[in-house]
Amino acid sequence: MGAYFSEIFRGLQSLAIGMGITFREFFKPVVTVSYPMETIKMSERYRGHTELVENEDGTPKCVACGMCQRACPSKSISLASKSVEYEVEVKGEIKTKKKKVLTKYNLNFTTCSLCGQCVESCNFGAIDFSKDYNLASSRKEDFHFDLLERLKERNS
Amino acid sequence: MSLTVLNAIIAVVIAIGFAALNAAYLVWAERRGAGRIQRRPGPNVNGPFGLLQPLADGCKLMTKQLVIPGGADKALFMVAPVLAMAPAIMSFVTIPFSNVVVAKSMDVGVLMIFAFASLGGMSILFAGWGSRNKYGVMASVRAVSQAISYEVPMLITVITIVMMTGSMNLHDLAVAQSGGFWHWNVIPSLSSPLMPVSFLIFFICSLAETNRAPFDLGEAESELVAGFHTEYGSMGFGLFFMGEYANIVIGASLITILFLGGWGCPFGLFPSVFWFLLKIYILIATFIWIRWTFPRTTIYGLLNLSWKILIPISLFNLLLTAGLLKVF
Repeated sequence: MGAYFSEIFRGLQSLAIGMGITFREFFKPVVTVSYPMETIKMSERYRGHTELVENEDGTPKCVACGMCQRACPSKSISLASKSVEYEVEVKGEIKTKKKKVLTKYNLNFTTCSLCGQCVESCNFGAIDFSKDYNLASSRKEDFHFDLLERLKERNS
Repeated sequence: MSLTVLNAIIAVVIAIGFAALNAAYLVWAERRGAGRIQRRPGPNVNGPFGLLQPLADGCKLMTKQLVIPGGADKALFMVAPVLAMAPAIMSFVTIPFSNVVVAKSMDVGVLMIFAFASLGGMSILFAGWGSRNKYGVMASVRAVSQAISYEVPMLITVITIVMMTGSMNLHDLAVAQSGGFWHWNVIPSLSSPLMPVSFLIFFICSLAETNRAPFDLGEAESELVAGFHTEYGSMGFGLFFMGEYANIVIGASLITILFLGGWGCPFGLFPSVFWFLLKIYILIATFIWIRWTFPRTTIYGLLNLSWKILIPISLFNLLLTAGLLKVF
């Protein structure tokens, strides 16, 4: 008989404790982020798709060496370049030199697995992960990024 | 048209309006409350504070097609949702909201409400049986066994109250408690020292009677898909939903009238309909609070609670009160 009543009282007590917890939670602030209206800032380590890094003058840091293209296990990167002659002053005399300039940098994000091999392989720190995660679309073409174009848009 | 018929029609229209409005906005309140308890905002997009959400839900439910599954018992399938809603609305007719606001004061008001409340179990049985769905049948069997086992302690508690007051008229029951909270039935008196326990029993039973969590065994999603309304879509489901909330309002009103002094002010001042509404909404908030605190019980735990704890204690209370009423 004693066990019967003590069980009832202990049960009631535990119910009261539970009610107390939810009562306190009720008055705590809401932690939800109302997604489309507000977004959270992604952390430093977040890996989105890659993005070209720019110099101070707004041109891409990329020297079009193609290491990233080779490092990519999914063959998602395709880039093209052209040779440009430019003049530089070395020890008082002007010399013409050639360098490669990036003309196209396409990332096929549909096959990209976000492994980061391209960023690892780059010797010039010319590509980095973006923090962009609002990437929903019903069209495949929306995931063929022209990173050069995106860089220009960022700067404009 | 004679005045009495007109009177009755107006009463029923007001009852339906009150029940529907409450059902719609209690869903909103429930979802907002659940959100706050889980530290999310709940529906807040449609209108200010999401207040147009019930309207949107209603439009959505009403524009859906009512699918009757093949092999279902058509008559039972169609009648069940109506049967879920109708008793709830009928019960509103005899509930006194204040000294004057009552559609029809009946001498057997308590009896009538419990008679209609039993019909609620019938609608669940019809729904489960009529839809020819194994989950539906299982759920309705559970819900009916639950309804039966919780009506027993509930009615024993009501008998205790009726014995103390000497009336089955809800109006008289409330009037007997007028004048300050120390007259309320929930406060123990010499002739009824176990009244808080009775109140607790009645409260638990009304949770179980309205099929609310943690006693919503009839709607145990993890085992029974959606329970007895698995096959219902559109407004058929909507009526079940509204019936549940209308029943909650009835349950809260009954608790208020039987235990918390009806429309009386706690300090004996200005008894009015305002106090009645305040009390029932506090009780409903508690219902919502409980629902989002406790997990669902098992069917064994549920029936054990009724037959091994609630019924013996309420019977003991009945006998004790009967004896003490004789002494004092």
